[in-house]
Amino acid sequence: MTEDRLLRVQDLVLHFRTTQGVVQAVDGVSFELERHEAVVIIGESGCGKSSLARAILRLLPRNVHAYSGKVYLNGTDVMSLDEEQFRREVRWVKMSLVPQAAMNALNPVLRVGDQVAEPTMVHLKVDKQQALQQARKMFEHVGVPVDFLNRYAFELSGGMRQRVALAMALVTAPDLVILDEPTSALDVLTQANIFNLLKRLKRELATGFVLITHDIATSSELADHVAVMYAGQIVELNDAARFFSEPLHPYSQKLMASVPRLRADIEPDFITGQPPSLINLPAGCRFAPRCPSRFAKCDQDPPLFGQGRRQVRCWLYE
Amino acid sequence: MNQESARLPNPSTAIGGDGRGDRSDAMLLSVQDLHVWFELKRWGFAHAGYVRAVDGVNFDLRQGEAIAIVGESGCGKSSLMKTILGLNRPIKGDILFEGQKLSELRGRSLQWYRSQVGYVQQDPYGALPPFMSVRRILEEPLVINRVKDGEERQARIVKVMEEVKLFPVDDFLTKFPHMLSGGQQQRVVIARSMILNPKLLVADEPVSMLDASVRVEILKLLRGLQESHNLAVIYITHDLSTVRYFSEYIFVMYAGQIVEKARVNDLLRHARHPYTHALLEATSDPDAKNAEVFKEVPPGEPPSLVNPPSGCRFHPRCPHMMKDLCDVQVPPDFEPTPGHFAACWLYR
Repeated sequence: MTEDRLLRVQDLVLHFRTTQGVVQAVDGVSFELERHEAVVIIGESGCGKSSLARAILRLLPRNVHAYSGKVYLNGTDVMSLDEEQFRREVRWVKMSLVPQAAMNALNPVLRVGDQVAEPTMVHLKVDKQQALQQARKMFEHVGVPVDFLNRYAFELSGGMRQRVALAMALVTAPDLVILDEPTSALDVLTQANIFNLLKRLKRELATGFVLITHDIATSSELADHVAVMYAGQIVELNDAARFFSEPLHPYSQKLMASVPRLRADIEPDFITGQPPSLINLPAGCRFAPRCPSRFAKCDQDPPLFGQGRRQVRCWLYE
Repeated sequence: MNQESARLPNPSTAIGGDGRGDRSDAMLLSVQDLHVWFELKRWGFAHAGYVRAVDGVNFDLRQGEAIAIVGESGCGKSSLMKTILGLNRPIKGDILFEGQKLSELRGRSLQWYRSQVGYVQQDPYGALPPFMSVRRILEEPLVINRVKDGEERQARIVKVMEEVKLFPVDDFLTKFPHMLSGGQQQRVVIARSMILNPKLLVADEPVSMLDASVRVEILKLLRGLQESHNLAVIYITHDLSTVRYFSEYIFVMYAGQIVEKARVNDLLRHARHPYTHALLEATSDPDAKNAEVFKEVPPGEPPSLVNPPSGCRFHPRCPHMMKDLCDVQVPPDFEPTPGHFAACWLYR
């Protein structure tokens, strides 16, 4: 029944071991995504959103303490694959990543054309000529002049580098692309350009996008669904249309109220206090210490209320 | 009307060089026909040219006035800021601070100038020395500026920390930068810039590295300090949506020049210059409808500042380009409505 979903993440857990204790970066995250759709994962820095990207792609550091849960891609459970199988069959073939700060993700001593050609050579076993041909097509697709194939990363502007990183992620025609803060280092005009491109790609390709960002205003440019993350958990899942007009969770409401707006005369507000350390999480609701509508029940851990595409982790919606 | 114009940067001085001299001493800061060029590497005896980072910028700033300089990266806003801080030397033009020429300040007088100008950096973690405690970070400017009495230093540190709301003060004094959150680090940076009681604060993208929930808090803090100390503030940013909560005037910069100057609400509601329009169009508000429409973005990228385009520098990307005018003649500052200046031939 749910097997036609492109991506289904169930109860994903990723904890790190550090000298100070166990960091519960991703703590039981579940969401779903279909083709031609984008889910935006919003959260403050340190809420575990980048770790979530790493957990889905299984790009793990050495100090992993716990890593469990299920990730289904087109109905197949990719978590049960062993590392080598995962590398050969899933990573960059079925899902790929546009890393944070794409400018640093490109190899400075390789021509960008070769870098974009490499995934097809490695994973789809085509020869270099064909791979370069593919890269050329991809460059046209993302709007990079074709003669840039022979350039090095430092010869490109920030926006162009971001496009190259995007081409690199798309060249193997993956089912799922994870974008980790793709535009946070770019200027407004370049940002608008990249989002125009992403919108076009979302319509043309049968790809699903997971966009990870802290920028709520620009996230609305791509979102079909919104997942708000706080202290390692998803506290709200919602349709974009409803989220941006009436967010449910008190944290989402506060977050929306903190966005400075250009067109509406709303005085922005800020959230008092700080997000909890992921090592010593408060008992009960993790947002309770900062929450304006806290009540007695909040001392207990809230489950996700609601169902399907609209869920919220707050006792107010019991 | 008279009251209104008294608060405006004087139109006649804001446009060009005429009628200046006698007025400029009433200004706190006066930037006059400023050109900051950086020479490219020479090849033998040949001259490779200049990067014209700032190319003819004029503006005046009064005590207690907050302005925002908005532009993309590479438009020269950081070079302009560094020149105001006295870190770059202009190739032409000058900066007057309380009537004194910045280029003539040396030694003690330059030190005095630097104590009058606070600087809030973009990346708070990079701006704070990791091996110094908060107390030492805040004490150092006082030591350098010969505040010899230890008790007075302590009192001033406590006072400034209370002003930036780092409570409880005693707990923070012994902490090192890595023990603080981003917002707290930025408060320490602001405290350091305020500790010598400057008259002018230069804030270079003070909130762009911070989380959305903290940004507004820091901006409100800066605004509060500006009002309570009657500070002049230059707020440099690329984000138009934060400007309206902070400053009275916006200057839009493109390719080394200021293309539009106006009061904040005037500019946001009735932008004149096509480049400003493009910037406003590209800035998003959170709204689900955004996902359904494509944005109009001018083609191409900002020009090289080594060989900027002739005439109006925006003309190769401009949808309203008029042949034989925009690509030939440099537009002067036109004034379509009083107090609103746009360097665009559409308003001739």
